Amino acid sequence: MAHAEAHESHTGLIWKVFGFLSLITVVEVILGIIKPASLHLTHFLGTSFLNWIFLILTLVKAYGITWYFMHLKQEKTSLRRAIVWTTVFLICYLTTLLLIEGNYIHDRLFPYVSWNYVK
Amino acid sequence: MEATVVTENSTEEVWSGGGKKPFAASYGKMMMWFFIMSDALTFSGFLVAYGLMRFKFLESWPIADEVFTHVPFVHGHFPMYYVAFMTFILIFSSVTMVLAVDAGHQMKKGKVIIYMLLTIVGGLIFLGSQAWEWKNFINGTYGAVMLQDGKIAQFVDKDGHQIALSDFVIKTDHDRVQQTRSTGLWFVEEAGTLPPYTLAEVVSSFNANPDVGLRSEEIDLEIKKKKILSREEANKYLARATDVVMGANLKVNEYGKTLFADFFFFITGFHGFHVFSGILINIIIFFNVIIGTYEKRGHYEMVEKVGLYWHFVDLVWVFVFTFFYLV
Repeated sequence: MAHAEAHESHTGLIWKVFGFLSLITVVEVILGIIKPASLHLTHFLGTSFLNWIFLILTLVKAYGITWYFMHLKQEKTSLRRAIVWTTVFLICYLTTLLLIEGNYIHDRLFPYVSWNYVK
Repeated sequence: MEATVVTENSTEEVWSGGGKKPFAASYGKMMMWFFIMSDALTFSGFLVAYGLMRFKFLESWPIADEVFTHVPFVHGHFPMYYVAFMTFILIFSSVTMVLAVDAGHQMKKGKVIIYMLLTIVGGLIFLGSQAWEWKNFINGTYGAVMLQDGKIAQFVDKDGHQIALSDFVIKTDHDRVQQTRSTGLWFVEEAGTLPPYTLAEVVSSFNANPDVGLRSEEIDLEIKKKKILSREEANKYLARATDVVMGANLKVNEYGKTLFADFFFFITGFHGFHVFSGILINIIIFFNVIIGTYEKRGHYEMVEKVGLYWHFVDLVWVFVFTFFYLV
């Protein structure tokens, strides 16, 4: 067992991680409600700064959940890599292909969508 | 045949994969990780499909802030608050789950019971919240008209804030009855419940009230807001209107693209089903803890394994939250 030696309680760490995850959620929600124009209406690498902030915070949250709640941190390095690297690679691959495709469809379709009716 | 014969000594061994522990993880835990990985890929497939459609309709996708604006017992426009509460509940139930696992490592049965119970309660609150969110989405908030090409047009006041049909439409026609198979044409089905007003009432009330404006589905990408039409354009839009739409279902959606509703129902529904089965499994384990199954076994690894599943459900929600409500 990975935890064979770890019989002491991790309660303190768990509450710390909880505080951290809640804080990130609060920041996300505040930004989502206010939507500051300086972040929301500016562009950076294909989307707005605000969206990049949301994506990065989401990944940080995912890290907190998997590493500390799902105990990936305490698993053997080989098991952790077998799980994380494989999944992350496959998801990135799928996302990249499909979003490029979506963008292409949009560029082809957009000229044919009419927003003004003649009569 | 001999290989499958279970002898007295090896019962435990065969069930746990022959006693070998690759990566120093038990058989059960490894299989749980296998399942979680495949489920993670399933969910990413759904979310990426949502992304594909969103990129495809970049300039006309509904704006989430304007869709999910309800808070229980309070009237008004409150984007994000309720879903933030739901996220918080799910994270909190994840914490009680991990505390249960932690107490299990120390063989403290009483603590495991309390924390498992809190986890189950958290899951039930989340599920109830999601049902409420669905109810609001299905019943709708404002109502809109649908044009013959499937576009949605919504009504706004002078300041550009969306208003409900009931705010300006004057009822003149007689109530139409909901068409059912026995009273209507057997091969035609109505898309959802009967809207509260007829199209003629909406159009005539719109013409009679110069303060009411019409909003297109198209997003002005400069300011990321839906475009408000001039009176002249609005009349052209209304001339093409075919239906009054109230609420959302798999066929119509007053908030915009029907695809948005389809994906919302499918992805949050699939996630909700995971939460539901997670609660069921948690309840089974909860009673097993109470009757002392794991105390006798000498370890609480089963709690850890259902914990993995429960945290995974939380993990998925983090992404659903981001892609449906934030981005």
